[in-house]
Parts: sequence; C-alpha cells; structure tokens
Amino acid sequence: MDTPLINDLNICVATENGSGSASSNNILFKAIFKMGIPCSSKNMFPSNIQGLPTWYQIRANGDGYLSRKDVIDVMVMFNDATAAKDIYRVRDGGLILYDDSTPLAANLKRDGAQYIGFPANKLIAKLVPASPLRVKQRNMVYVGALAYLFGIDMAVIKSVLEDTFGKKPAVIESNMICIDAGYQYCKEQNFKQNIARLEPIPDGNKGKIITEGNTAAALGAIYGGASVICWYPITPSSSLAEAMEYYLPRLRKQVDGKKTYAIVQAEDEIASAGMIAGAGWAGARAMTSTSGPGVSLMNETIGLAYYAEIPCVFFIIQRGGPSTGLPTRTQQADISLMYGASHGDTRHIILIPHDMNSCFDFARQSFNYADRFQTPVFIAMDLDLGMNLWSSEPLKLNEEPYDLGKRLSAEQLEEWTKAGKKFRRYFDQDGDGIPYRTVPGNQHRLASYFTRGSGHDGDAKYSEDEHDYKYILDRLRKKHDTARKFVPKPIIERERGVKTGIICYGSSNEPVREARDRLKARGLRTNHMLIRALPLTSEVRDFLAEHDTIYFVEQNRDGQMAAIMKDEWPEFGTKIVSVLIYNGLPATPLEVVNQIFAAAQSAKTA
Amino acid sequence: MAEAKLNRLNLAEKDYDGAPSTMCRGCGHDAISASVQRAYFESSIEPRKVVKLSGIGCSSKTPAYFLSQSFGFNAVHGRMSAVATGVNLANHNLLPIGVSGDGDTSAIGLGNFCHMMRRNVNITYIIENNGVYGLTKGQFSATADVGSVMKGGKVNDIPAIDLAELAITLGATYVARSFSGDRKQLTPMVQGALAHRGSAILDVISPCVTFNNHEGSTKSLKYVKGHLDPIHDMDFIPPYENIEADYDEGTDHEVTMHDGSHIILHKLGKDYDPTNKAQAIQAIHGAIAEGRFLTGLIYYNPDRKEFAEELNLCDIPLSELGQDMLQPPREALERINAEMMK
Repeated sequence: MDTPLINDLNICVATENGSGSASSNNILFKAIFKMGIPCSSKNMFPSNIQGLPTWYQIRANGDGYLSRKDVIDVMVMFNDATAAKDIYRVRDGGLILYDDSTPLAANLKRDGAQYIGFPANKLIAKLVPASPLRVKQRNMVYVGALAYLFGIDMAVIKSVLEDTFGKKPAVIESNMICIDAGYQYCKEQNFKQNIARLEPIPDGNKGKIITEGNTAAALGAIYGGASVICWYPITPSSSLAEAMEYYLPRLRKQVDGKKTYAIVQAEDEIASAGMIAGAGWAGARAMTSTSGPGVSLMNETIGLAYYAEIPCVFFIIQRGGPSTGLPTRTQQADISLMYGASHGDTRHIILIPHDMNSCFDFARQSFNYADRFQTPVFIAMDLDLGMNLWSSEPLKLNEEPYDLGKRLSAEQLEEWTKAGKKFRRYFDQDGDGIPYRTVPGNQHRLASYFTRGSGHDGDAKYSEDEHDYKYILDRLRKKHDTARKFVPKPIIERERGVKTGIICYGSSNEPVREARDRLKARGLRTNHMLIRALPLTSEVRDFLAEHDTIYFVEQNRDGQMAAIMKDEWPEFGTKIVSVLIYNGLPATPLEVVNQIFAAAQSAKTA
Repeated sequence: MAEAKLNRLNLAEKDYDGAPSTMCRGCGHDAISASVQRAYFESSIEPRKVVKLSGIGCSSKTPAYFLSQSFGFNAVHGRMSAVATGVNLANHNLLPIGVSGDGDTSAIGLGNFCHMMRRNVNITYIIENNGVYGLTKGQFSATADVGSVMKGGKVNDIPAIDLAELAITLGATYVARSFSGDRKQLTPMVQGALAHRGSAILDVISPCVTFNNHEGSTKSLKYVKGHLDPIHDMDFIPPYENIEADYDEGTDHEVTMHDGSHIILHKLGKDYDPTNKAQAIQAIHGAIAEGRFLTGLIYYNPDRKEFAEELNLCDIPLSELGQDMLQPPREALERINAEMMK
C-alpha cells in the first residue's frame, strides 16, 4: 500500500440539506483549521430548505492551496438519493465512508475504492433519545469516524464545540458523545486507510481568521460609513445585509440613544435602488446588496443615478444565471450587466475583490469612489467569495479620511460666491469631468438645483438641446476616464522573459495561483495579472502589450471581461484566449490547466 | 402699487414661484401648483428646507413650477415613493413634497406607493388624478372609472383603483381628496398635509383638458364639477394663530396637528369624524356607488409614528454625520478579528 500523504486531503460530505450537516461540517473544518493546517471549505447547496442534496468539500493542504480541489479523496456517502453517483465522484484508490446500519446496496459497490462502514444510525439510536434532533446528530458520527481515520485531535474538536456552543454545555456534551461514538467504533474495528494523515502544524494558522466575503464586505461597509442600507432578500447576497444588521448595533455609536444608521428591508429591488438613489442624492452613504436578478430590476434607477450623478453603492454577489438560474451556485456572469447597467450609454465603476481583505477594504472604499465620482459604484463579488468560509489574514483597517468628493457646504458656497465663482451643478469646472454638488439641507441661497433623469444642461436646467445633451454625455465619459486613474490597479506578478500571461479576477485568483504552479511544474512559465476594477487601467494595457499569449480565466460562458478588454484595445484581441469555467461550481486548478494545455495544443497544430 | 403681502418669514408669495409652467392651457395641474405655492406661503415654510420629488408624467413635471428655491428631484416613472423614502432616511429634517399622477402612482408605482404608506414615510404626496395618460397622448389609467369613454370612443370596463381608500387601508395617516378647481378647499388641505408628520396622501381630481375633457368621460371638468360631494369646508389655522375666531363648537370639528396647528372642519351635513377609519372607508364606498367625488379630509390618524421615528434615527440627519460618528474604532475590528480566529 502507498504511504499516506501528510496534510493533503480532500473530503466531500454528501448529505441532504436541512439534515444538520452544516453544523458537523463546520466543526470538522474548524478543527482542521485549529490544527494549524491550511484548509478551505466549499459548500455546494441546493436552492431549497430541506431534503435536496448538498455537498460540502473540505480541503486540507499543507502547501496552502485553498481552491476547490478537482479530485475527491474521501466521500462521506450520507445521502441515499445521490449515493449511486457519489461513489464515482471519488478518485481511484479513494475512500468511501457509509452508514452500514443497513447492508450496502449492490449498486453502490464499485471497484477501485476502499469502503469503510460504521453504523451511525444504530449508534445514535442507543445514545440519543428519539427526537427530531436525533437525525441531526447522526451527522456527528462521521466527524468522529473521520477524526479517527485521519488523525484529527479529539481535544481540538472539543474546543471547537466549545467555541461554537459556548453557552450551551448540554449541546456540547450531546454532540461530543456522538462524535466519540464514531471515533471509538472505528478504533475498535481497527479501521485503516493509507490516503493521508493530518498532522498538526504548530502556529500554522496563527493569527488567521475564518470568515465569509459577505461578512467581510458588511464590516467594510460599516467602517466605510454606510448609513442608509436598503435591500431585498436574495441568495447569495442576503447574508451581507444580515451581517450588517448583526454588526451595526454593536459597532456604530448612538446619539442620545438613537441610531446613526437606517437599515430597511425593501419591498423589492426596484425600491431598494430607488431608496438608495434618494438617500445618496440627499447626502447619505447609501448602499444595497443583491445578485443578478436584482440588478436586472434595478437597471432603470441605476441609469438615473448615473445620469443625475448620484453616489450610491451596489454590492453584487453573483450567482448562476440567466433568469433564476442556479441561485445557490457561483458565477462571474454579471460583469457586462454591471458595467453597462441601464439603457443608453452608461459605464460604471466596478471594484472586484478577490479575498477577504479586499472584500473588506473595497467595501470601505466604495463609498469614497461613489462620493468622489458622484456615480453608482458596484462591488462585484460572487457566491464562492461571499458565502464560503475562507481562512485569511485578519481584516486590516485603512484609516485614511473619508473622501466626500466635491460636495460644497453652505460656507464653501459662500466663499465661492464672494470670489465671484458660480456653482454649476453639471458643469465641468475642473476639467476632470467631475462636477460639484450640493445636497438638500444646504441652506445657502444658491445651493438648490433641480435633479432630473431627463435631459439637462450644465446648470441642471431642463434641456433637449443637442449641444447640452452631448456635453453631459461627453463629460460623463470623461469622468469615467478620470476614474481609470483612481480605481485599484491590477496586481501583477511577472518574470522577465516570460511571454505567456494569465489574467483573472475575483474568486478565480486562488485556483489560478495553484494552476500556475502546476503549469510551471510541467514546463510552462506564466506571468499573472489580477484585475481588481473596471474601468481598466493603463497597467492592464501594458500587460497585454508585453505578452504573446494571454489566457483569460473567467467564470462565465461568454468571456465577458475579455470582451470589455477587446473592445477597449482591439489591437490585442487576437492574443487573448479565454479559459471559461461556468458549471456553477467554484473553479478548480485542474480545469484551468487542462483548458490552457488544450488551447496551447490546438494553437500548435493550427 | 400696493406692497406685496409678506408672511412670517418676510417672504412674498412670489418668493415661492417656480419656473414658468409648460402644461397645456387650462390644465388642472397648474391650479394645483398655485394652491401648493399658496399653502407654503400661507404657512410660512422656509423653501430651502423643502425637497420636491416626483416620478414621470405631466404631473411629475410640475414641481419645477413652484418653489424654485427648493431642491427638486424628478426621478423615474413610478419610483418617487421609494426615492422619497431614501431621502427621508438620509435627512428626516427635510420637508418632502411629492407630486405624482394616476399612472405614476396607481399603475407602475403602485407597489412602492403602498409600501411607502405602510411605513408611514413623512411626505405630502399629491396625486394629480385625471384618469388618463397625458404625456403619451391619451390612454386610460388605473383610476379611470368603469364606463368612462376615451376620446376615440373606447370604453373602460375595468374598475378604478380608489387611491384614497387604498391609502387609508395601507396605513397613510392623512388622507384627503379635493378638486384642482377648488382652491378654497385645496389650500388649507395642503397646509394641513404640510403640518402633518407621516404619509399625507392628497388625491386631487385634476381634469386633463386635452385628452379627457369630453362628453362620456367621468374625469372631465364638467362631469367632476357636477359630482363633487364635499364632506366639510376646511380652514387651516397655523400654530401661532388663535383658532377661536373660526371655530364654532356646535357645528365644527377640530383637528390638532403635530406642530400645534389646527384644521377646522365646518360641517356641511352629517357628522363626520375623520379619525374613524371604518366610517371613512364606508363613506368612500357610498360615494363610489353613487358616482360622487367625496372631497375633504377623509381620514386622519395623529397617533402613528412616522418611519424615521419608528426607526429611532438620531436627530442629526444621517447625511450630516462625519467619519467620527460613522467609523467604528479600530479596537472593535480587532475584537471581531479575534472572534473569527475561533
């Protein structure tokens, strides 16, 4: 038999949703994290409350690769409905764990995989009194079995239970009994496997946190000064607004016992967008969170905010589209929707975080961009980033002052007036395309103006004049070009002489990082550019110019960002080869590597 | 030349002027704008504290035609209710007035309108109701009555939405109906709405002289005038004036507003108590059955909190809070980081 690998293991737990497995999987994941082993989790769950299949992958990797792994080493086969397929999801030589309270059906046997059975149902029948809870505790048994088989320290599991259920000692104890039963049974049977062993890494995850992107972004928004938050429930974005509901009362100061924020669950996404447009117009830092279908509904108001130049922030947690699509799966397929949201000529600022700290920091900064450029700003996240647990460096606060942009107070306006300078709401006074604004409540006699989504001139007067109309459109374009110089620049890793580049953004960064190492091991050295914003900056152009071949990894079908790039710099269009992953699951390094080699091969034979 | 009358802010009525109107000549909307302007003047309201909001349509253009010293926001079709909600959240010290039409409110914007009232957002919301889409040149709206005939002869056979009834049902706290031509009633009604904190809904029948003023229409000038059914005459008494001169204990009903002003309702027939919700709805139903336009202060609820108060927002507008108030301390983030290490 092979020697087991140390700290290199990918476990997939197949259960039904609503069966309590979220809790057991969470404990398993956190226990491995606490052992100091780099690890990640990917939850592939259905759009359903109870009874549909769900898979949870936990990857432990001593080398620190944290993307979803393409090859499954161990399958915990706890869902009869998917078992017949699940047995073939395991790699050859892999291990299948199952509940042998009843004999294994003939169709669930396959060659080339090791089976280990333990009677989870029977064990809990003895340990847990008959109750709805019993079903849920059944899942704790596999935690114990995995702990024994792979060497997860039971003391660590106990401490995770304490962290999780600190105030409920009875819950800790009843769970621990079930976990221990699984452990002891496997020990008594003297089960062995030779796939992997998990060994503690002292201080391995020291100082690291575990969180989801939606939580990190919610915290960033709170630190960024969000004061009007209007949202409508939609997966996978709801947990962002809910995290704000949870943290705002803890974090935000009160004035005389009253709140310094308003969080409103709107009646639909059209209303959320309308509310934040109103609040942004009136001078508050306003935001919403939604996903693709919500953006579709918000389109008209986004155009209003763009044309009337109103700051507001849209957190978009992308999921599988079109239509309802796959609400609980991940995609990067709303890039074109966001970039050109609404009718007419529009172009928006999009910030694209790729890890927990950029979710936090971009969320915070988004309000500065919105205020500085007086325009809707999007934060393009996705379900993988937003809802999966990621281990990360602690969230770091950049304490730079808020940038409120060109917002004139009554005092400033008075100084202007004395100096003979006129406030012209939609006129380009500084040559950067960004006008000055006042907000309602400003009591200066020259502060008020009439905002409208219909044609207007530089002085905010209604106008259908062709010159006035074109002037505003051109200035908006200029403003967008100014933004180019201020949005987050790409992160580039380059080695001199390497002529192959890989571009990606958002949650593709982690699989691409691993893919590049694999490509290198197979003789293909690559440079890398992580795009972090739209509009594209000049560094992006330079990177395109420097390379002969560019593989562009995106999690959508049509290469949406590549299309924007080709539109921007058609001269480099022929260099770009799209690597597209769009099955709704988080991208894997294997998919990236395979598509790149296939493309390289076909380029050679062509 | 006689000197213009000044109000308590030393402003003349012309200080409440807006840009010249672009409505059709004789349009009811202009008469409403004039009443609105008069109401602000008479109530001595500082125009710079007012924000004017609207959606899309003829009526939604009108905020440009009064109070040019106020900020205005002509948003998208049907979404003024949502925009107004956001404005209120950002700065609840502003005095919002919304002007909408029957298409903007009762069709495309119905959902947002309902939820604004459900939240009792502070606003004076005027619907300039003419039963027709004017700007798109004459299609039925959802407030067109059954049997009403369109210019080309088409008959409407779907029942109208009664916006006053809807407003009462959904939680608006000041619900009134008037007629654009009845300035005597409309001005104090608007003053009352401006003094009210909460959703004040004014359904004002405002005949469209171009597309809905013909024989067979139930929203023509002639038809409306012939079917008005005022519940009472109204007087608005600002907080600084004595009410006794206008108030007759025997026949009048007095309503005290949040800011200490009063509305005196002079009885015209039966007793009518506008704080009785069931009676208000019944009265509307009775009028609909008989083809009458019930006008006056139909419903008033002084007890319900407006939305910003319900949310317990601080007195300083959210829009004016600085980084010192908005950004939590670094240590708080460090504590959260520590919790996330578990």
